[in-house]
Amino acid sequence: MGAEVFDPIREQLGGDALEAAVAHGILVLRIDRDRVLETVRTLKEGYGFDLFLDVTAVDWPEREPRFDVVWHFYSTRDFVRLCVKTRVPLADPVVDTLTGLYGSAHYMERECHDMYGIVFRGNDDLRPILLYEGFEGHPLRKDYPKQLEQPLVPYREPKP
Amino acid sequence: MTEAARPAPSGAFEYLTTKKDEFVGWARKFSLFPYPFVTACCAMEFMSVSATLYDTDRFGAALPRFTPRQSDLLMVVGTVTHKQAPVLRKVYEQMCEPKWVIAFGVCATSGGFYQNYAALPGIDKIIPVDLYIPGCPPRPEMVIDGIMQLQDRIARDRHPIVNDRF
Amino acid sequence: MTLPPLDHLPNPIRPAFTEGSREGSVIVNIGPSHPATHGTVQIVAELSGERVVRTDVHCGYLHRGFEKECESHTWHNLIPYVDRLNYCSALINDFAYCEAVEKLMGIEITPRCRYLRTLLAEYSRIADHLTCVAAALMELGAMTAFLYLVTIRDYVYEHLADLTGARVTYSYGRIGGLARDLPDGWLARLDGILTQLDEFTGRVHALVDRNRIFIDRMRDVGVISAAEAVNWGYTGPILRSTGAPRDLRKDTPYLAYGALDFEVPVGIKGDNYDRYYVRMREIDESAHMIRQLVEMLPDGPLCVDDRRCTYPPKALVYSEIESLINHFKLVMEGPQVPPGEVYSAHEGANGELGFYIVSVGGGVPWKVHCRSPSFVHVGGLHRMLDGYQLADVVPTFGSVNMIGGECDR
Repeated sequence: MGAEVFDPIREQLGGDALEAAVAHGILVLRIDRDRVLETVRTLKEGYGFDLFLDVTAVDWPEREPRFDVVWHFYSTRDFVRLCVKTRVPLADPVVDTLTGLYGSAHYMERECHDMYGIVFRGNDDLRPILLYEGFEGHPLRKDYPKQLEQPLVPYREPKP
Repeated sequence: MTEAARPAPSGAFEYLTTKKDEFVGWARKFSLFPYPFVTACCAMEFMSVSATLYDTDRFGAALPRFTPRQSDLLMVVGTVTHKQAPVLRKVYEQMCEPKWVIAFGVCATSGGFYQNYAALPGIDKIIPVDLYIPGCPPRPEMVIDGIMQLQDRIARDRHPIVNDRF
Repeated sequence: MTLPPLDHLPNPIRPAFTEGSREGSVIVNIGPSHPATHGTVQIVAELSGERVVRTDVHCGYLHRGFEKECESHTWHNLIPYVDRLNYCSALINDFAYCEAVEKLMGIEITPRCRYLRTLLAEYSRIADHLTCVAAALMELGAMTAFLYLVTIRDYVYEHLADLTGARVTYSYGRIGGLARDLPDGWLARLDGILTQLDEFTGRVHALVDRNRIFIDRMRDVGVISAAEAVNWGYTGPILRSTGAPRDLRKDTPYLAYGALDFEVPVGIKGDNYDRYYVRMREIDESAHMIRQLVEMLPDGPLCVDDRRCTYPPKALVYSEIESLINHFKLVMEGPQVPPGEVYSAHEGANGELGFYIVSVGGGVPWKVHCRSPSFVHVGGLHRMLDGYQLADVVPTFGSVNMIGGECDR
């Protein structure tokens, strides 16, 4: 299912991709981070992937480059899903923004920045969305301790 | 004020104060105006407990006032996160005395099973709480039991309305 | 009791604008503790008179660290966290997550489990739509409709409590199956509830559908076109109300949806009235699907007989050492999921509910990410609020069905 959509994509983009494989019904393209914007533009305009589902990151602290940035797309015409991945290092966690192509990218890139610290070049509104002003650090990174709280209101002694 | 300076209590005055406390307590307990500070899943049970099957209107506690200035019972329903904490503190401070606080649900009581960077481990870390209703979410019967216990406490409480002593 | 004063209460957000863009406009803050914003969304609105010029929507007040919690619990132990994402229709979250893990493990669930999961997913969808419509109508002032719908929802909750033990957050899905099978008499009561559901929704239709005030407040308010909706990531009833008949249950059937006969209700304009009506029609379609599923429900085992995830029968646990060790390891270390990653989506009550799961082998996930429809819908909310009046913010927000647990995770 989806082979008739995936095969032309693999032919056109698979050569430049570092990896292109179908896993659990989804074509996964791993590409270089500088090619992300043009690849996504081709996918949107040429192959009908008009619904941008999600962008998130995966933290692999033992590996260099450390983060995998993962985008998922859906085609409302052909009913198939596609995944684009790239790798970015901790020292320079920058990828291009997709806000020019999809409106839904605004909030999702803010969340990815909040949680992992990935910077989306071209998106100048990366304010905290799930966290709050004054929160330091990026909690979903593996080196952020789960229970490290940063309270905004100082605690009081609960009296009976 | 020392013992010598305070006038000796007279039986009639104590009787009057007690009766006044009972009357005011009765009036206050049956006319609670909750401020539903609703955040999360417990809201589903809050809606159920305010609706027809488990009615809080019978206890006089159904009519919510969505401004803290007009309410006297702050029901914190659901998880309060660190981002929401200043908001909760501000709402609490905007309420006038007398006021009571119910921590509805285990997230408001102690943080529930969200023991991490984001959730406040219990609202009593920032505001004083009068009643804790555990449950995730609590059954409506537990909520009604909790409201009745709070009403008993309000009935037993002292209610100085004119000055400290009366 | 008065508290010692604080020097200053910090502002947890930074609004996108602090001054008006035109003369005489006023910046107003709605929320986050507000009845109509369902308690966890803040809308900073610039008003010119009664008209909303622009809005800046802030969510995140219910961010409870779901993903971080998932990384420190076993694959089974995090099912209660998954429940509390979209807490109005908690079973759909359970089943979507379990299916994602089952894909990674290569497990095929039994036919009975597949049909029962479909039935319960539709039942949960009914509960979610009832809640959304009840809250939206109450915020407009139609208190009677709220009471009718919450009453029937309470019957549904009690019925699900008979099955799962809990009214709101069930934790009923298990990897490879479900927690327990149907008790006696459950299906008979289900039939009774569906009959009452028809009656109650009929009353609400009678009160509201052709009500002049309702139409004036909801028609042509909060309009979004199909193309714009897809660009801003809308799925589910909101996309269907714009006229695009996109539904994962029909387009890419999963569970038992391929065997069912149902329609996908579609709106005409993408305004608040259409969103309300699409949800009411979806309640009818879900009831129709449940009736078919009750007829089609096969007998047989509920959980797949795979010792990697299903507990051995208690009698064996107490008599055989292998079953005892199996049970012990499943509880203490969790089901061992092979390394890999998968994105698996179901049609939630709000739209595409996806789980992106990364496993490095072992009983604890490396990453569990929830693609939540509500979060994306709140991202595009300003497109539906700008240009309308201040009083329209309330019904538009109510029709979007922002569920805090799902939006902020």
